[in-house]
Amino acid sequence: MPETTYVEAIRQGLWEEMERDERVFILGEDVGAYGGAFKVTEGFVQRFGERRVIDTPIAEAAIVGAAAGAAHMGLRPVAEMQFIDFISCAYDMLTNYVATARYRAGLATPMVVRGPCGGYVRGGPFHSQNVEAAFVHTPGLKIVYPATVRDAKGLIKSAIRDEDPVLYLEHKWLYRRIKDDLSGESEVLTPIGEARIAREGEDLSILTYGATVWHSLEAAERLAREDGVSVEVVDLRTLAPLDDATIMRTVRKTNKVLIVHEDTRTGGIAGEITARINEQAFEWLDGPIVRVTALDVPLPYAPTLEDFVLPQTDDIVKAARWLARY
Amino acid sequence: MTSRAAPASPSAPAAPHSLALPAGLGREQLLEIYRYLRLTRTLEERLSALYRQGKIVGGLFRSLGQEGESVASAYALQRGRNQDFLSPLIRNLGSMLVMGAEPIQILRQYLARATGPTAGRDLNIHFGDLERGFLGQISHLGDMVPVMAGIALSFKLRGEARVALVYVGDGATSTGACHEGLNFAAVQRVPLVVIGEYNRWAYSTPPERQFAVAHLADRAKGYGIPAVTVDGNDVVAVYDATRNAVGRARRGEGVQFVEVETYRRAGHAEHDDQRYVPPGEVERWATEDDPIERYERRLIESGWAEARELRDIEARVREDVEGAAEACLQDPVPGGETALSGVLATPAIVAPHWYRSK
Repeated sequence: MPETTYVEAIRQGLWEEMERDERVFILGEDVGAYGGAFKVTEGFVQRFGERRVIDTPIAEAAIVGAAAGAAHMGLRPVAEMQFIDFISCAYDMLTNYVATARYRAGLATPMVVRGPCGGYVRGGPFHSQNVEAAFVHTPGLKIVYPATVRDAKGLIKSAIRDEDPVLYLEHKWLYRRIKDDLSGESEVLTPIGEARIAREGEDLSILTYGATVWHSLEAAERLAREDGVSVEVVDLRTLAPLDDATIMRTVRKTNKVLIVHEDTRTGGIAGEITARINEQAFEWLDGPIVRVTALDVPLPYAPTLEDFVLPQTDDIVKAARWLARY
Repeated sequence: MTSRAAPASPSAPAAPHSLALPAGLGREQLLEIYRYLRLTRTLEERLSALYRQGKIVGGLFRSLGQEGESVASAYALQRGRNQDFLSPLIRNLGSMLVMGAEPIQILRQYLARATGPTAGRDLNIHFGDLERGFLGQISHLGDMVPVMAGIALSFKLRGEARVALVYVGDGATSTGACHEGLNFAAVQRVPLVVIGEYNRWAYSTPPERQFAVAHLADRAKGYGIPAVTVDGNDVVAVYDATRNAVGRARRGEGVQFVEVETYRRAGHAEHDDQRYVPPGEVERWATEDDPIERYERRLIESGWAEARELRDIEARVREDVEGAAEACLQDPVPGGETALSGVLATPAIVAPHWYRSK
């Protein structure tokens, strides 16, 4: 059975969109001859040429700004951040220029900024970050964060076709860890703005995204086996705009909510989701909403430290058990 | 050797000065430039009056003393649908008028009217028109350099013989975005012309506190970008230098930098009392080096125009601006609920808070 990895799925999605639409082009650091730091664009420059696969200076503000200008003129740029940690260097360009363009000036800015996120890889403080909370606060940006091979492909394709600027966050811990069979499917497209039920359950809902979808599924399996607790796992997939309908549906179904994210806690997305449930489904809750997240510290390098700071499957099991008994 | 550089020959008397039109400009073009200069100044004077009457709710920014370089540089572009493209800064109202922005649009924008180009969403001259070839700026200085590099990149990728032009002030050249954008554009050899405005004040900060080189052109050279410095209050010189730069960019010679030396005679905005300016400096520039008066004198002394023609143009501009101001004062302001649309293409509308729902 042909197996596709998560990183290969991103590559396939990009490739197919480049074949399908000549307006699509890639720009970023080392994306050409080298094929990108994680080989997402390997072979692209040979197939599509240097005009459509552009190696840039180390200049994230210029990469994002130039992508925006090209997008205004009708092209479909896909900008790579070599590590998503460096997107902070383009924070001004994304939040002030790109995100406001349609609202203040009616400018279409169909562009994608993508890059490897996340920890569990011993990357230290500057190669492990999750940046969603820094951007989910800014009106005018869409944010997607695939957890599966299928969505890795389906969301990059949808992001490229979207009329709005999209941050496509990909988890590097998943790059070669998960596989799926995508053969025999003519086109894989994941709609932006729709969450996915990763596992059906009755007693408790876990809302999560990215790598911790897999930790949550593992925890759900253990809770079913060891405690007889039926856990529903919701993979949010799109973080902006959030799929409130799916979130409220699972709240009304299980009446208990655990939110899991790898990102740090304060100002994280779990707080926003908690507030929305409070506003839209308070009467349906049979217990407090519980968070499992990273600690509020920069992510350290040593395995003992990183493992301590990031949420682990055991943490999810423990928190879910507490909530199930509440 | 060109004939211009050749010594005058006694056997071939020089043509009457009036026939030697400058920089390839025809008489109608010279008068059109004059009209744009007058329009810029008159419109800003009218805006200033509205500001003092409390009718402009935000700040008002003047380009007093810099109208010449703004108008002349934009005039060097090919204008019209799908032609060249520029991005102004706050003191480049003149360049927007040259590209086809209408005075009433500027007035509506300043007066925050629903009929304005951003329907009350953005202020002062922050707006664009892709068809007419200009892109509105944001307040973060330097950001338009990478964006315009991207627009020029799109011309290059599509093989279009179009040029993008971006303005940066002396203060804006200190930003990281400006540096990144210049370097990116230079490496990519995109058809971008950068007008560096050395106007001697970045809000209240003089150039020697912005950079340790003598000229903005010195900065450009560090990126491998050919740069020239011209008298920014000499309209014809700015036009000529920009036209040459635009030509080189169009021919595939990459980014070009034109430094225009000028002087910002008004404050950063109308509220600014300019207490940091040495006494007499503004007045000296006003009496000795006003770009519009210099141009006017040159037109008349060279025989390219008569004083009467210029007075007629000025009178018509005043009428136009007055008419636009009167008309726009009757325009409606936007309804609050119009703020909900167009953050994204989809969903197109943001839901109002429940306590604001009807």
